Amino acid sequence: MENSRSMEIVVGAFVAAGLAALFVLAMQVSNITAFQRADGYTVEAYFQNVGGLRDRAPVRMGGVPIGRVSGITLDPARFEARVELTIDARYDDLPSDTAASIRTSGLLGEQYVSLQPGGMPDALEDGDEIMLTQSALVLEDLVSQFLYNQSGDDGDGSGGSE
Amino acid sequence: MVGLLQRIGASTLASLGTLGRATLFLLRVIRGLGELVRRPHLLVQELYSVGVLTLVIIVVSGLFVGMVLALQGYYTLVDFGAEQSLGVLVALSLTRELGPVVTALLFAGRAGSALTAEIGLMKATEQLAGMEMMAVDPERRIIAPRLVAALISLPLLAMIFILLGIGGAYVVGTSLLGVDGGSFWSQMQAQVSFTDDVLNGLIKSVLFGLVAGWIAVFNGYDCLPTSAGVSRATTRTVVVTSLVVLGLDFVLTALMFD
Repeated sequence: MENSRSMEIVVGAFVAAGLAALFVLAMQVSNITAFQRADGYTVEAYFQNVGGLRDRAPVRMGGVPIGRVSGITLDPARFEARVELTIDARYDDLPSDTAASIRTSGLLGEQYVSLQPGGMPDALEDGDEIMLTQSALVLEDLVSQFLYNQSGDDGDGSGGSE
Repeated sequence: MVGLLQRIGASTLASLGTLGRATLFLLRVIRGLGELVRRPHLLVQELYSVGVLTLVIIVVSGLFVGMVLALQGYYTLVDFGAEQSLGVLVALSLTRELGPVVTALLFAGRAGSALTAEIGLMKATEQLAGMEMMAVDPERRIIAPRLVAALISLPLLAMIFILLGIGGAYVVGTSLLGVDGGSFWSQMQAQVSFTDDVLNGLIKSVLFGLVAGWIAVFNGYDCLPTSAGVSRATTRTVVVTSLVVLGLDFVLTALMFD
């Protein structure tokens, strides 16, 4: 009987280890908590070009992640990309003239949506549209602009290194 | 000419017959699963021999697969200056493909062959017939616990494999290759989705567990009751399981990821 008891203990440890591995994968590797936080509100923003922005990309303000991109579709009437941003309910007091721009973290990193707060007293609410947007930087456009005016130092060029 | 046609027909009929017997066998075993609830110690014993004893090879291969992935991935990524994405590369390849598939292949070699040999020898030494004489249904008593043990063990082993692989890649990446540990994890967390990647890998490994266990116990149960028959059945288990797992993986990947 002692033998079967120790076997049961080993099997229990094995099952526990497997479940713990799944738990760690969920928490540590895929970060299940960050994007399952449903208690947020959704605003939309229209961009002429979203570049390589993808679903679930972070939304940041001042570098701090405050939400996620929850949907990217093409608006058939405006021919612009409609990006839905789900923002954590904790940050429910963003000014209504907040501006959104698509940035890249690092040279080859992932793209994210950066929000710059405005100055209006009323807050963004669920379903609102962010009016001030700045599209993603497309390298080809940048290069062709650079080739057009070899003098270089114009506004678009310096916007890229921001 | 007619002889050739006859041979093709005979082998087709034989393989169709095997497939039919295997399906009926699986259905009978599933119907007999109720017995297992009343005798959980049968399952515990099989979980030990099928799962725990396979753990060593899974742990070692998981670590090494992760470490090799880190090395190879690094040399490719560093050309593009994207070595920070090493964590993403390793985690996605392990959770989506390598974890379930390699675990299933190792499982077929380590546990599937043992199951077939065990059941085949029971048949060859007429233990199964003896059980039937004593009105004990071997399908419920012998087969069902082994099938369920495979079904439970394989996903658990795959999760351990994936986790150790990522751990091995982390150690190699940070200590040997100089990748920043913080961005290793943060990029991984940003890119790996629980439902799309981890959960799909888990579903894959559950299906592989069912397939691997089914093929192993059926080949043992269906073998010729001689020493040559048992040997052939064991080989067939490993070969068929590997092929089916690889084929099924392609289908599942095509269905799951777009």
